Amino acid sequence: MSDPSAASLVSTPRPEQPSEAGAPVNAGLPESAQKQQKPRGLLGDAWIDLRRKPLFWISATLIVIFVLMAAFPSLFTSGDAVNGALSRSQVKPSADAWFGYDVQGRDVFARTIYGARASIMVALLSVIGTLLIGGTMGIIAGYRGGWVDALLSRIADIFFGLPFVLGSIVILTTFNGSGSDNNEWTIMGLVIMSLTVLSWPVVMRLMRSSVLATKEADYIVAARALGAGTGRIILKHLLPNCLAPLLVYGTIMVGSFIGAEATLSFLGIGLKTPVVSWGIMISEAQNYIRVSPYLLFFPAAFLVTAVLSFVMLGEAVREALDPKLR
Amino acid sequence: MTENIIEVRDLVKHYPVTRGIVFKKTTGHVKAVDGVSFDLKAGETLGVVGESGCGKSTLARVLMNLERPTSGQVLYKGQDISKLSGGALRRLRRQIQLVMQDPYTSLNPRMTVGDLIGEPFEIHPEVAPRGSRRTKVKELLDLVGLNPEHINRYPHQFSGGQRQRIGIARALALRPEVIVCDEPVSALDVSIQAQVMNLLEKLQAEFGLSYVFIAHDLSVVRHLSDRVAVMYLGKMVEVGTEDEIYERPTHPYTQALLSAVPVPDPTLRDNKAIIRLTGDVPSPISPPSGCRFRTRCWKAQDLCAQEVPLLQIRPGSDHPSACHFAERREIVPAHEVA
Repeated sequence: MSDPSAASLVSTPRPEQPSEAGAPVNAGLPESAQKQQKPRGLLGDAWIDLRRKPLFWISATLIVIFVLMAAFPSLFTSGDAVNGALSRSQVKPSADAWFGYDVQGRDVFARTIYGARASIMVALLSVIGTLLIGGTMGIIAGYRGGWVDALLSRIADIFFGLPFVLGSIVILTTFNGSGSDNNEWTIMGLVIMSLTVLSWPVVMRLMRSSVLATKEADYIVAARALGAGTGRIILKHLLPNCLAPLLVYGTIMVGSFIGAEATLSFLGIGLKTPVVSWGIMISEAQNYIRVSPYLLFFPAAFLVTAVLSFVMLGEAVREALDPKLR
Repeated sequence: MTENIIEVRDLVKHYPVTRGIVFKKTTGHVKAVDGVSFDLKAGETLGVVGESGCGKSTLARVLMNLERPTSGQVLYKGQDISKLSGGALRRLRRQIQLVMQDPYTSLNPRMTVGDLIGEPFEIHPEVAPRGSRRTKVKELLDLVGLNPEHINRYPHQFSGGQRQRIGIARALALRPEVIVCDEPVSALDVSIQAQVMNLLEKLQAEFGLSYVFIAHDLSVVRHLSDRVAVMYLGKMVEVGTEDEIYERPTHPYTQALLSAVPVPDPTLRDNKAIIRLTGDVPSPISPPSGCRFRTRCWKAQDLCAQEVPLLQIRPGSDHPSACHFAERREIVPAHEVA
């Protein structure tokens, strides 16, 4: 990389600019060059970079569709997701019912659409909760160090030691045992809580190790020497440089949480019919996989697509946030 | 020009060496800086030389108030900087700035050059009103010889020398009085070193800056410094003006260091007596008694093990030297390439 202005500094004395000069340095530049000089930051640059990426647009479009599906399922289907007619039990896909009918004669297409809400909400909210709790604890533990770190790490170890299925069975049977009549939202909240409570230690460890690796960096020392406060150092210097592993892990978690929600439903402690979710559909379909594979195929395909678009989005955002990868 | 802007008095910085995870037991101290005193006058450049691990960088960190001294004081215009806090500390931070060694790690890779150089203004908003910051950043870029149009670039898009210029622009942004340069050119190519040093000289003339210039390269220090301090194992062994140290060194360690400087003139090269030191630098956890250099010194006698030589002017010399047997010795001087 050659820089004529740098090279010329030593050989030819430059006319010194008066240091208090108020006139803009690039006053002579044409209008178009002036426009390019508009100040940008990391986020602005990341957005410009994202807009050029097809990967981002594909995944973003898919996610928007899924979110719309979750918010307004009636936009996509007029079918009935809950009530069926046994006369249509296990009718194969046709022009009438694109995805066919399940054992109880319910429209699989309608159910898949309505299932997006519970699956996506549970997965997204648990991921956000996990990232917030784990990330915050990780930053505190890594940045403060000492006994704070020791204490938080041991607490995390305790939660880390609980097996996921066992832990959520305990939590959910306590608050959502058989015979309880919690409504749909309460159960969803409980499922989200148990997923979050049992998964944050992994995120905390990730964050803690990346904070530990970053906090001794020269640019953090330089910021402290400038007089930057703790808040500025964490928000402006630590966080942007520690976010990448978290984003990757977070997007992968979206998928595994949709699966975990299905596991809990299958065990009969998570969401229950008449609530529809992809997890419930998959666990119901597995008994008929040889007779009616489409019962498994459609919700699973939606699940995979949703997970894939979150992973792709995470990947695109991570790349856009790293100036070196642009 | 004679006013002392920074006075360092008996500065000591020890790092505890601990063993154990839960019950930490201190098993010793790394005596990184052990009783250093010097003055820095306004507008002056004080060079600090010494080999790796002699406490140069620790000294810089204590001067920047990034570490609290174990004992001793750093006085900025008579104020003890380690006792400052809150607003007074913020004001002090404006006056003393740091240029770091490695331009590849000292700039946040996720900030644009504009954000990096603008950061001092955000931390100290009273220096420049929000609206004028962009203009100021561009002025600074121009001042250090970078293209102001590169304001939206990221550090990785620049070469090492250009990044060091960014670091210097950051340090200059608040118009400080003192800049502590912690080996600012040792990570750069020789040709780029000259550019950066000339830039530092130019800026000193323009803004009347004082530099504490830390380096392990003797010719680099000579090029810039008015006065030079030589450090060995956490102590200063000799202090003097550029001429006093380079032409009339009296401490054996300084003489050995100077004898290792390559002589550019091949006809003089044969006359040079190279003083080869034997052994390694002793561990700073348990430095030798008395004079710390005695384990590698060819003049060492019993006295050296018993008594710590003070940094003082001794007979036959014109500048302070911490050796009981300080005397001039003719080594072919490494003349500055003029």
